[in-house]
Amino acid sequence: MMRGCSSRSKLTQDRAVCMTNCPTLIVTVGLPARGKTYISKKLTRYLNWIGVPTREFNVGQYRRECVKIYKSFEFFRPDNEEGLKIRRQCASAALNDVRQYLTEEGGQVAVFDATNTTRERRETIIQFAEQNGFKVFFVESVCEDPDVIQENIVQVKLGSPDYTNCNTEEAVEDFMKRIKCYENSYETLDEVLDRDLSFIKIMDVGQRYLVNRVLDHIQSRIVYYLMNIHITPRSIYLCRHGESELNVKGRIGGDSGLTPRGKEFGKKLSNFIQSQGISDLKVWTSQMKRTIQTAEALNVPYEQWKVLNEIDAGVCEEMRYEEIQDNYPLEFALRDQDKYRYRYPKGESYEDLVQRLEPVIMELERQENVLVICHQAVMRCLLAYFLDKTAEELPYLKCPLHTVLKLTPVAYGCKVESISLNVDAVNTHRERPENVEVSRMSEEALLTVPAHQ
Amino acid sequence: MTNCPTLIVTVGLPARGKTYISKKLTRYLNWIGVPTREFNVGQYRRECVKIYKSFEFFRPDNEEGLKIRRQCASAALNDVRQYLTEEGGQVAVFDATNTTRERRETIIQFAEQNGFKVFFVESVCEDPDVIQENIVVSLGSPDYTNCNTEEAVEDFMKRIKCYENSYETLDEVLDRDLSFIKIMDVGQRYLVNRVLDHIQSRIVYYLMNIHITPRSIYLCRHGESELNVKGRIGGDSGLTPRGKEFGKKLSNFIQSQGISDLKVWTSQMKRTIQTAEALNVPYEQWKVLNEIDAGVCEEMRYEEIQDNYPLEFALRDQDKYRYRYPKGESYEDLVQRLEPVIMELERQENVLVICHQAVMRCLLAYFLDKTAEELPYLKCPLHTVLKLTPVAYGCKVESISLNVDAVNTHRERPEVGITTYNHTTTQPQLMQQQLH
Repeated sequence: MMRGCSSRSKLTQDRAVCMTNCPTLIVTVGLPARGKTYISKKLTRYLNWIGVPTREFNVGQYRRECVKIYKSFEFFRPDNEEGLKIRRQCASAALNDVRQYLTEEGGQVAVFDATNTTRERRETIIQFAEQNGFKVFFVESVCEDPDVIQENIVQVKLGSPDYTNCNTEEAVEDFMKRIKCYENSYETLDEVLDRDLSFIKIMDVGQRYLVNRVLDHIQSRIVYYLMNIHITPRSIYLCRHGESELNVKGRIGGDSGLTPRGKEFGKKLSNFIQSQGISDLKVWTSQMKRTIQTAEALNVPYEQWKVLNEIDAGVCEEMRYEEIQDNYPLEFALRDQDKYRYRYPKGESYEDLVQRLEPVIMELERQENVLVICHQAVMRCLLAYFLDKTAEELPYLKCPLHTVLKLTPVAYGCKVESISLNVDAVNTHRERPENVEVSRMSEEALLTVPAHQ
Repeated sequence: MTNCPTLIVTVGLPARGKTYISKKLTRYLNWIGVPTREFNVGQYRRECVKIYKSFEFFRPDNEEGLKIRRQCASAALNDVRQYLTEEGGQVAVFDATNTTRERRETIIQFAEQNGFKVFFVESVCEDPDVIQENIVVSLGSPDYTNCNTEEAVEDFMKRIKCYENSYETLDEVLDRDLSFIKIMDVGQRYLVNRVLDHIQSRIVYYLMNIHITPRSIYLCRHGESELNVKGRIGGDSGLTPRGKEFGKKLSNFIQSQGISDLKVWTSQMKRTIQTAEALNVPYEQWKVLNEIDAGVCEEMRYEEIQDNYPLEFALRDQDKYRYRYPKGESYEDLVQRLEPVIMELERQENVLVICHQAVMRCLLAYFLDKTAEELPYLKCPLHTVLKLTPVAYGCKVESISLNVDAVNTHRERPEVGITTYNHTTTQPQLMQQQLH
């Protein structure tokens, strides 16, 4: 939800989200290969996308910087004093960086990603948080399904720097012994013993959850998000509507229909989707003619979402860039200065768009195979979420007409395949010009406008 | 949401908030557009057994009582089936104790036969203070109209005891194949199992955000604006002198209420911000609290809309809730964008929301359980604060006029329909125009 702050300075008034003033420290808990890092990275990506400055701190990485070469699981043996000492130091170093991020670098949430399997270790972290005025929220992943654990090991552990010089069999064997090192001292979060802590315990990859003492808005949003994500393999297809009448005229926004080439794209899209052989594909469009017409060509049921409508350009709706430069040169320059936060008069900003798209992202997380037929600015926002792009990069992501992006989650990220369906279309991508000063000449402002009728 | 209707089944001892949850959840789902109805088995029992004598009716060895209670549950399930299969219902909330696995199994089979998904909502609580508070609500029931408080409480406690021995709580292991949320100690802790689809996910999110801490929500509009006095809709104008006066009076009023820790929310339009400024307290701006977008009709007077868009004007009067201004929004759209506000209002305690006419109507409709037909005609005059305080199963409303004159911006639904529209006879459509 979109909130600004009440102070008068322009900077804070434009700031998107003002969740809570107290920074939050999210602490993962769980044996190795339970998806802690997967959850940490995904949660961090989501929170940053909705405008909450978040960073993850992976203690394993600190350990790798400290102990340059990983020899074997023996490092993790509970009776390895040297190992324990190093691991404690790494945890401290990470917490130190957490403190710096949350108190000096404007961070709002820090995700402390480590096993944290003993009550003693967690108590240390709680005290650290108390001293610094951070709220603590634990995220535990508990899983005993051997298939899931095996999959985790194959997908992410074998690719880790720890195992670059091992063959698969050796690596798996070593990792299983590593897990064993933690098992004996593992104290899971308990309903009774830990009743005063705030936490979510995720069991069997999201089949069951135990949620205790959710304290505030951000924790509530985190819980909601974690309860909606899953790891079932699937693909998300993103594309824009077929080329529209206003596209060829170089006009932005509006609600026009498809050109003949746009309709051709619809047909090619239909063939492409069929060739993908996806079971149970959901198709979503906006409520604007051009996406609906594109979906119609698929001859399958589809759902229309108003929130997928293109960014509202307010007073600039249906104008060509040349007209915007003529009529609103100041606005045009301001937009180039901060395209993410700039809001068209009586219109929206990319920042507004992200907020209205959040339910789409949440539902995409819940779903499996989905094709989203949307618009340029909308697609940039969705893509930025999946590919972890910053607010600065987002408004300049390339989303050309007649091209489908196929996103497939893999390991800790997302594989992207760009499939052009070979139907010509105008280019609607306007790069950021060199001169964004208010005092610039018309020609400089229009330098990067793509060609049109 | 989903094509398969959902049957929500409450589970829990008496006085654990099942009916409170059922009614609240039903209200929320209907507001967001999911046709939902609750079926309270206790009510069926009261229709069957006209006069409630005592807790003895609920004794586990009372054959006659058991028979009647089973019949009532069946009658209720029958009505559930009708609602979900013939009356367009999407969700039915089956509100009863359902404390035994046997009873729940019966319901599961009923649902399977009819193609309904089942989602259990259990409330578990051993806090005696909370239970006592709840019993006070239960005492308002028709069962106890002729008892004094002491007798009633005593009888109710014995009633609870009747269920306790056979109570089989939802279990992580035994019930692992069921979809459910177990709410423990009034929301301190939750166990959530097998959430199957979008609607169940939304229900869980909602249930995890509501609380029962006493508080009040204050709703009001911005002070009178420049466009208000000109009879123009929408836009982003500033306050008139009377509007500013309202801001000052609002500040005094808020202080007089002596609320600790009041949150103040506004939209991102000048008129609400200017109103909040007069309060001299921190406030948060929400873009989603902006007034309904009237699209091509922005800043027009109703006479101009009639002149320029007579068809649209008539269509809007036909279905004001769903009608969307060209390039604008409908009330239905507004409800969707306000949902996060409602969710956050549920999480919060004392809040003052300074918003706009259409926005306020939507929020009010949520709290007072108004239908889509009633919503666009709710009266939300300028310079009046509505104080909403949750009580029992509903909401107490106090309307406080701050005694600063303002124009009336409320347009009632006119009598005429689309067939009589005629752009040369503008009188009927404009009959209801406010003076400006």
